[in-house]
Amino acid sequence: MASGIKDKVAILGMGCSKFGERWDCDAEDLMVEAFEECIADAGIDFKEIQAAWLGTAIEEIHVGKGGIPLAFALRLPYIPVTRVENFCASGSEALRGAVYAVASGACDIALALGVEKLKDTGYGGLPQRSRGALNSMWWANYSAPGSFAQLASAYRAKHGIDPAELKRAMAHISVKSHDNGAKNPKAHLRNRIDIDKVLNAPMVAEPLGLFDCCGVSDGAACAIVTTPEIARGLGKKDLITIKALQLSVSNGTEAGHNSWDGSHFMTARIASKRAYEEAGIENPRQQISLAEVHDCFSITELVTMEDLYLSPEGGAVKDVLDGFYDSDGGLPCQIDGGLKCFGHPIGSSGLRMIYELYLQMQGRAGERQTADPKLGLTHNLGGAPHQNVCSVAIIGREGA
Amino acid sequence: MIGLTGFGGYIPRLRLARQAIAEANGWIQPGLRGLARGERSICNWDEDSVTMAVEAARDCLGEDGGAGLRAIYLGSTTLPFQDRQNAGIVAAALNLDGDLSTMDVTSSQRAGTTALAAALDAVDESEPGHILVLASDARRARAAAQQEMIFGDGAAAFTVGHDGVLAELLARHSVAVDFVDHYRGENRPYDYTWEERWIRDEGFLKIMPKAVTQALDKAGVAPAEVDLLIAPSSLRGVPAKIAKAVDIDPARLGDDLQGAVGQTGCAHPLVMLSHALEDGAPGQVMVVASFGQGCDVLVFRATEAIGDRRPALGISGHLARRRGETNYNKFMAFNDLVVQEKGMRAELDNQTALTQLYRRRDMLLGLVGGECQVCGTRQFPRSRVCVNPNCNATNTQQPFPFSGIPASIMTWSADHLTYCPDPPLHYGMIQFEGGGRFLANFTDADVGKVGVGQTVRMMFRVKDFDNQRGFRRYFWKAAPQQTSEEA
Repeated sequence: MASGIKDKVAILGMGCSKFGERWDCDAEDLMVEAFEECIADAGIDFKEIQAAWLGTAIEEIHVGKGGIPLAFALRLPYIPVTRVENFCASGSEALRGAVYAVASGACDIALALGVEKLKDTGYGGLPQRSRGALNSMWWANYSAPGSFAQLASAYRAKHGIDPAELKRAMAHISVKSHDNGAKNPKAHLRNRIDIDKVLNAPMVAEPLGLFDCCGVSDGAACAIVTTPEIARGLGKKDLITIKALQLSVSNGTEAGHNSWDGSHFMTARIASKRAYEEAGIENPRQQISLAEVHDCFSITELVTMEDLYLSPEGGAVKDVLDGFYDSDGGLPCQIDGGLKCFGHPIGSSGLRMIYELYLQMQGRAGERQTADPKLGLTHNLGGAPHQNVCSVAIIGREGA
Repeated sequence: MIGLTGFGGYIPRLRLARQAIAEANGWIQPGLRGLARGERSICNWDEDSVTMAVEAARDCLGEDGGAGLRAIYLGSTTLPFQDRQNAGIVAAALNLDGDLSTMDVTSSQRAGTTALAAALDAVDESEPGHILVLASDARRARAAAQQEMIFGDGAAAFTVGHDGVLAELLARHSVAVDFVDHYRGENRPYDYTWEERWIRDEGFLKIMPKAVTQALDKAGVAPAEVDLLIAPSSLRGVPAKIAKAVDIDPARLGDDLQGAVGQTGCAHPLVMLSHALEDGAPGQVMVVASFGQGCDVLVFRATEAIGDRRPALGISGHLARRRGETNYNKFMAFNDLVVQEKGMRAELDNQTALTQLYRRRDMLLGLVGGECQVCGTRQFPRSRVCVNPNCNATNTQQPFPFSGIPASIMTWSADHLTYCPDPPLHYGMIQFEGGGRFLANFTDADVGKVGVGQTVRMMFRVKDFDNQRGFRRYFWKAAPQQTSEEA
């Protein structure tokens, strides 16, 4: 039995760029902006970094392939730099690479950086790209909102929920995230919205309206990780450590076998169970202080609450409408504004979520600061409900 | 005995009100108002002559799915490929590619009847097997052209052979006359047409009656014995004049479907014949004549078996499977009659890797998946390792065709973001009876009338156009069945 990653690696420093339509920035600018904050926070010389992971997904529209874009941007001293891509979990995958490298003893200090420059396509929404020679010939033509919208139809059918009731719960999710995002200077969208605005917005993919969809933006976030011993040696106190890093990847069962009902994410259930086990968490609804989940669409956040075992199955609508996930609720979710307000520069989102938890654990979250958070969970989902990758990370105070 | 052994057809579901055409174009062509009665069939954006031919073939072949076919002849003047055999695409869609003769017959409004005649000529009473004859046309016309009013889209299908004949061929006669009433030159999308009065007087009325009479003579059938005459013409009154010229009562003329469908090009005489055969009675004599640089005439007599074999839906069933359309702008957009803003999402490069298409041709054209020989799980696509999480056996899957298996909608959405010529684009997870599922695009879906649990029927359609290279790729889509429709 593997011993897992719990408390073997500490976060030495983090940084996050301002997210948004960064018309003035290349990916290089975004990487440097996040890294400047990160390296200052870590309090080391950048040449002490021994290995780096770059997470970016749609590289063909910005940095191109390989580890070179990160090495060039930061002038890293000819260290190993690995580019990773795993859809929307690319940033979390970069972190996993860096954390595993430190935990293995292969290096002392490692960097994980995620970046995506999406706003160079000329149109709104996620960029279109080739899906591969065979897939493009038979996969349904679909968009991200259209594929995630499928959840709503199955969730309604499974739980016998009135479409208007589900839509109201979805709208509550977006209103809550905008309330949170309004308090975050790094968020892309900082406006508050009301439920009528959400319900009356133009339809994107039935039943998802405009405000059920996250923004599309540019951004970068990064983390420098090391061992708790080294961190302490560098004078760091009250360490924030990695408790769990899990990933589950669809193998085609959902897409091709009639055992999946379409209303939830198999991967999220598997990854979160493993993560709780790795972190030694027995009752996540009680023990998790904060959650940053992959709210690419409101319906995704709603079903994810059940997939992470934070709400009982079929109970997310009630929890959401009861305000359980609001900033003053039992388990604040998307306290930074989430993908909804940050947008989703794909490669950076996972690290952006970790960044918020890191600030919260250190009491540095300003207006958004929650009371004494000990354990936080991040969740990324890439692909579509019927075939996806899902990462779940748990971080917290050392010893928590 | 040689003759027809099966029949079927297909009419696209969309029917454009002719009034809509007249309203749009009457300002420049006031004469169109006089034709503004009834409706015409129009292809959905993802239909063409090949997809209609496939549907007509499925309608005709029914449950057998074409077992025992030895050839496919496809007649059309609107084939999507000039050099890639279109009949071969149909064969692949029907999962028949193999030991089969295939042939495209084209370049004349007689192409349908010529294909049928050639097939009947090719029947060898010493050889088993039937020949599938298809005629399909999706004719194009310029905006405001009279043809826009007159034309319709549709297809017909027949099997011919010597076993199980339901309409015996008594005789056939063809004449070739280079009478150019209209033509469409190389790389020209539209017909160029000469004066109607000349076409009527020197063309139809001189060439057709003579040919019909010669065919009846060959068959030894007196005009009075003819129960049904099919001699379509878009020129008003011409069929009746032809009937009178050959001493057949004009009351015996077949329904030309002008009010509900329009002229379906070279498919039209055969669409009419297929429609008429639905009500055929033993002993009836049916004459089919077509006009186009000459004339083909075929004389049939229905046998006692005429009632034994019915198409799945037939032309009548497809007439009932109808959705009215009054949006002429949509018709213009579907037919590239207007330069339309499609948005940058339409710029996606749809190049097709032909090597990949060939390797997986049974999957992509025939919707063939797999059935695990260990656990029996059906899956699409067929894969090396079984998808059943309790099995996962390797190299155990036998080909399993899904195209004829009913399915139902498990999840769905109507997407306004993804590029589609007719938004919103509907798609969802569909689940086949007996197992197997995939996320499929829907076609012929009506906004507000799609739901979980609804039955869908798989239809062979255009998936994407590659306008940069002149290619189009086909795949199967799920057509939601409306409760008001039989099919």
